[in-house]
Order: sequence, then structure tokens, then C-alpha cells
Amino acid sequence: MKQSVFLGTLAATTLLAGAALAQGTSTLQTVKDRGELNCGVNTGLVGFAAPDASGNWQGFDVALCKAVAGAIFGDASKVVYIPTTSSDRFEQLTSGRIDMLIRNTTWTFSRDTDLKMDFVGVNYYDGQGFMVRNDLGVSSAKELNGATICIQTGTTTELNLADYFKANNMTYTAVPIETNAEGEQQYLAGACDAYTTDASGLAATRAAFADPENHVILPEIISKEPLGPAVRHGDSEWGDVVRWTMNALVAAEEFGITSANIDELATSSQNPEVQRLLGTSDNLGGMIGLEANWALNAIKAGGNYGEIFAATIGESTPIGLARGLNAQWTQGGLLYTPPFR
Amino acid sequence: MNTSTSTFVRTEMLPEQAPPLTEAGAVKWVRENLFSSILNGILTVLGIVVVAYLVIGIAPWLSRSVWNAGSLSECRQIIADRWGEGVTGACWAVIRERWPQYLFGFYPSHLYWRPVLAFVLLCVAVAPVLFDRLPRKMLWFSLIYPAVGFWLLWGGSVWVPVMAVAGFAIGYAAVKVVQPVAGTILATIAAVLAPVLWWLFLAGPAADALQSILPIALQGVRSREFGGFILAFTIGFTGIAFSLPLGVMLALGRQSDMFIVNKLSVGFIEFIRGVPLITLLFTASLLLNYFLPPGTDFDIILRVIIMVVLFAAAYIAEVVRGGLAALPRGQYEAADALGLDYWKAQRLIIMPQALKISIPGIVSTFIGLFKDTTLVVFVGLLDPLKGITDAVRASTDWKGIYWEPYIFVGAIFFLFCFGMSRYSMYLESKLKTDHR
Repeated sequence: MKQSVFLGTLAATTLLAGAALAQGTSTLQTVKDRGELNCGVNTGLVGFAAPDASGNWQGFDVALCKAVAGAIFGDASKVVYIPTTSSDRFEQLTSGRIDMLIRNTTWTFSRDTDLKMDFVGVNYYDGQGFMVRNDLGVSSAKELNGATICIQTGTTTELNLADYFKANNMTYTAVPIETNAEGEQQYLAGACDAYTTDASGLAATRAAFADPENHVILPEIISKEPLGPAVRHGDSEWGDVVRWTMNALVAAEEFGITSANIDELATSSQNPEVQRLLGTSDNLGGMIGLEANWALNAIKAGGNYGEIFAATIGESTPIGLARGLNAQWTQGGLLYTPPFR
Repeated sequence: MNTSTSTFVRTEMLPEQAPPLTEAGAVKWVRENLFSSILNGILTVLGIVVVAYLVIGIAPWLSRSVWNAGSLSECRQIIADRWGEGVTGACWAVIRERWPQYLFGFYPSHLYWRPVLAFVLLCVAVAPVLFDRLPRKMLWFSLIYPAVGFWLLWGGSVWVPVMAVAGFAIGYAAVKVVQPVAGTILATIAAVLAPVLWWLFLAGPAADALQSILPIALQGVRSREFGGFILAFTIGFTGIAFSLPLGVMLALGRQSDMFIVNKLSVGFIEFIRGVPLITLLFTASLLLNYFLPPGTDFDIILRVIIMVVLFAAAYIAEVVRGGLAALPRGQYEAADALGLDYWKAQRLIIMPQALKISIPGIVSTFIGLFKDTTLVVFVGLLDPLKGITDAVRASTDWKGIYWEPYIFVGAIFFLFCFGMSRYSMYLESKLKTDHR
């Protein structure tokens, strides 16, 4: 009996010590020691994160994982992609199974504060839209009064939809669906007049239809969906690494640094900010616990923000998204990175 | 008088006549089986209409199958070229292109032979358990198969599974040593305690030491690279193999007169049966992480297997308890009268009969368990039905594909579940000893 009490106490102490350790260790150090970055991604979303036939993950979100791994290790392949679902993504992060979450997650007040996430930026500005069949004869979301609408349950889009119809004094009948694939099927089968989800998702969905010309995406965007990477609350050093890696990709596009000319610019550029960014002068990397050429490696992983966008979801891909809000601030978009100084 | 009547008496048998048209052959069968009453007639017609409707709906789609294409749009183009614009057809090219992913998930492609070999050996290991005409010596291989299968699937040092198996040998040795000295109860305790201590404290260092002396290792494969049917089979078969013995122990525990054993078994069974499997899976995947020290990599598949085994064991325990309850009291008394001790009575008299009665229930629990392996998608593992399918659909080439992956995965699951069900019927008829 004495022995079991002793063992029980020992076990409890170990657990408490473990929990305390979880708070204390720096994620950056853990990642470096492990030699791999555990990156939480979507189980599969066209253009953003999906494994190809040979099992290599690709996509817009995946490219950021690679960039962070490049910044830390100088090797973009040192990433473990951990597929997360919409129901377990936050727990995966808080429990420490993943180091960063980059899964089309909307930055909201309650997720940032109440759920103890730290969103380190926005890598894609999305917004909720509607898709309808041409023959419905609707050209604006304001004309959808009384429509049946297919909507994914348990997402921010569901709440946005209710808000929008209430604000415009309209009614609708919701057809709840579980996944995007199911939504497409229901919509095509005529179970609903309109399908609503993030505009990027609508574009990808429409592109995959047999008859995309018979469907139209309505012009109204009814919500703000800033999607960005999240890290655990309370580890600012690690948050800095992810945030500034993302900023480096954006800045690279602004300064015209591409994966093609980066080596040349690193040695020859006369622009002081480019020199600082690429580690030719100063040692910005040292300030966040990385090598001096961290940004160089991050950009080499998949190119600058614009290159990644074009390769994964841009207009030349089947998804065909325009830059829109996701253009540089100089081009009328919202991408605006603080200076590297 | 005699002569007058005799003309009316036949001296030879009439030749057998053909039965009336309505009482023979196909017509009779149809009349008796399909149109035996007005209600049955209506139901038959309705049934035929439904079947015809389904066939008319699906057959053209199936008949326009495309097996060679690189993407869904290519598929559609081929269908339009062959059968004209505006028709739909099945695009099986997605299965053709992605079937390695459906079978092996992200398992490294140059190591595919390992899961295949593991599966072949599994069949060898299972055969003597299923069919008693095979030589009994093969059972020894069945016993060590879990270690062989583990080593083939996950790779790594050969000494880890060897040391794990050694634990059982140590347990057996403990019984042999303790029983003559201290009796059955202490021997049972020693049989449990010695291997557990071995696994906890000595097996790891021993494996390391042996590995440094004689390094034999396969390339390691990590659990996150598992997916598709290899994942379903690993979880399903391990669950089936381990839940049966555990379930039987729990059933016996529930019948036991020993207070603590009894209450622990009842508590365990009722708790596990009262909680949905998904809750247990979430507990395994998320809640445990908060309690384990950071950096511990407690394998996710192992956690899921443990939960699935516990879950299925609770159900098996109740099924077996049903079998035990159906045995007449006389069987227990007969065992006692023969002077058999508890374990011998269970092994020789009670269990063979109780398990025979429970076969249908046990097999349906197993079938349920096997199908439940698809639930692991909720903890981020790539099960064949939804995990891999979603991943396939998320590629730009195959976005928009819907029925084909489901039909494919469903067909494979059906194959295995139907096989299990047929085997249970075979076993029942083989073990049938009553005269009903």
C-alpha cells in the first residue's frame, strides 16, 4: 500500500513537472533539437495543402511551412506535415503535437484571446462569397431572399451567413453539409440554390465542375476571413520566427527578390534593406536565434510570396485566383510588411 | 358379379402424368415465392421496379467507365469523345493513379514489399487459427507473428520486438518457477508482474545493448507515414487479435466471486461501453499530450490501437458473458465433480462451449471494429474512406470526384467483412453438435 502511494505521488510529480516544462521550453530550441518542424496543415484543400500521388505535400500553406523550415535549418525538406481537422487543430497546437498551425484558419478575436492562439500575421485575405447557377437569374447576393443555401456546419461561414441575411432583412433555408466535397455534390444535385464558402474555395470548386460556364460567383463578399499561421500563446520568440519568415517572403516580392535572382542579389545588391534582409550586412537572423542567411534560405524554399501564390493558387493554375487583396500595398493590395531594420 | 366388376379394376398402374403447368418448374417457383398472395404480389412488383430503377440509373454510368486518364477533366473529355456530349460516366482512373496511396498511404514506395510481406505472413499466421486441419505446429508462428508484423511494418532494430516477445517467455518462466513454491495465485501475479517490470525497465536497454553487439535493423518507418488500408488493417487486425483474449478475461472477471476483480471488470466494461469510440480516440490523441512530458513521442497509432482494443474488449466481454450465461449450471458442476481447477475447467469445459455459442456476436463485434477503423480520420490519421479520399480530392487534378473513391473503398471493406461473416457461418456449422 505504502509503495503504491509512493508510486502514485511520483507519477503525479512527473506529470506536473512535465506540464511545467511544457510552459518553459522554447519552441525554437525544441524544433532545433528535434531537427524537424512539425507543421499542422489541412487534411486536404485544393491549392492550399494536399499530398500528390507520391505523397509529397504541396500548396500555398505548405510553402510557408517549407519557408520556416528553410529559415531554421537551411533545408526546406525538414518538415513533418501533420494533417489536422477543423475540430482538432487548436488542441493539436496547444498540446504541443504541432509547432505551428497553418490551416486556412481565420484570425478572430476569440481564437486569439480565449483559445490562447497567437496569430502571427495574415498570409491570405479571404472572404465569404456565393455561387449560383446561371439559370437562377440572380446577379447579386441581395436577391437571394428565400433561397436554400448549402453551408458547412460549425464554421465561421455559417455565422456570417446568418449575420448577413439578418442585416439585409432576408430569409434563407440552410442545407447543412459536412465537407466541401459533399457541398459540391449537394449543390450540383440541386439540393440548394446557392453554395457559400470562402471565395477561394468557391473558385476552386467552380473550376472543377464539368460545366463551369453555367455557374457564377456573385460579386458580394460578405465577411472578412484573414487566414494566417498561428502559434502557441506565450512563446513570443517562436512567434517572431514564423512572423518574420512570412514577412521576409512578402518583402522579397516587394524588393523584386525571386528564387532566380536571389543568389546574385545577395552578393551584388546595393539596396541596404535587401542587404540586411539577405544577411549580406548586419545580422538580423542572430536577433531571432537563426543564422544570418535565414531569410535567404526561407525565400529559396519556394520563392517569394508572389511566386508561391502564382505556383499554387494563382491565375495560371486551375484554381485561377486573382491577387486582389493579396497584392502588395504598392499594387492596391493589403500586403505591407514592416521594415527589416 | 365378379366378372362384371372386374372390368373396372385396373391391373396395371397408371403412368405418372406431368404435373399441371402451374405446379411445376419455374412457374411453380414464381407462384410460391413471388406471388403467393396479393400483398406478396404487390411487394414483388414494387421490388422489381426499385431494382430496375437503380439498374437503369447506375448501369449506364458504370458502363461508361474510364480507366486511363491523368485528371478528372481529361476523364470528362474522354467520356464526351466516346459517348457524346452531356453524358456522365465513372472515372476509375483516379483509383488507378492513386491506388498505392489507398493501400499504403505515405509509406515509402521502395518499401512496399514490407507491408505486402507482412500481409502474406498474416494470412499464414491466421490460417492455423481459422482451420484446424492445418498442422498445429503452425500455431507457434501465429504466436510470434505480432512481433514479426510489427518489425516489418515499422522497421527499426530487430531486437525491440525480440525483447518484447522475451517478456512473455519471462512471464511463462515466472509461472514455472513460482507455482511449485507458492501456489497458483502468486504464480498468476508473478506471471503478470515479471513481464511488465521487464518491459518497463529492462527491455529497452537490453534491446539497445544487443543492437550494439549485433546490429540487425530495417529502415524505420514512422507512424505518420501510414495511411489507407494498411492503417485500417493494422488497427483492425491488431484490435481483433488482442480484444478477444482481453474480452474473455473481462467476461470471466465479471463472473468472478472475487470482489475487487469483479468490481473492476464491471466498472471497466460499463465505462467503456458508455462512452463513444470517438471520445476515446480524442482522449488518446489530444488529452494524453497534456499529461505526458513534452517531447515524448507516444506513437499515435499505438494509442489508437490501445483504445480500439479496450473498446472492442468491453463489447466482446459482454458477448462472451452471454455465452457463459447460456451454459447450463450442470456443466460447471460437472467440471467441479471431475476435480478440475478453475483454469482447467474454463479451458476444457466452459470456454469451448461458451465461445461456440458466442460466435455470431463475436464476429459482428469484429466486423464493427474493422469498419470503425475509418473513424481514425477524426484524429488526423489518413483512413482509406475519408482521409485518403479527401487528400486525393484536394489535388487540382481530381477535385470534384465524388462517388468513385467511396465505391472502391466500400467494395474492399465489403470483401473483408463478407469474408468474416462467411467464415463465422462455416465455423458455426462445423461446430454444430446438437440435433436440432
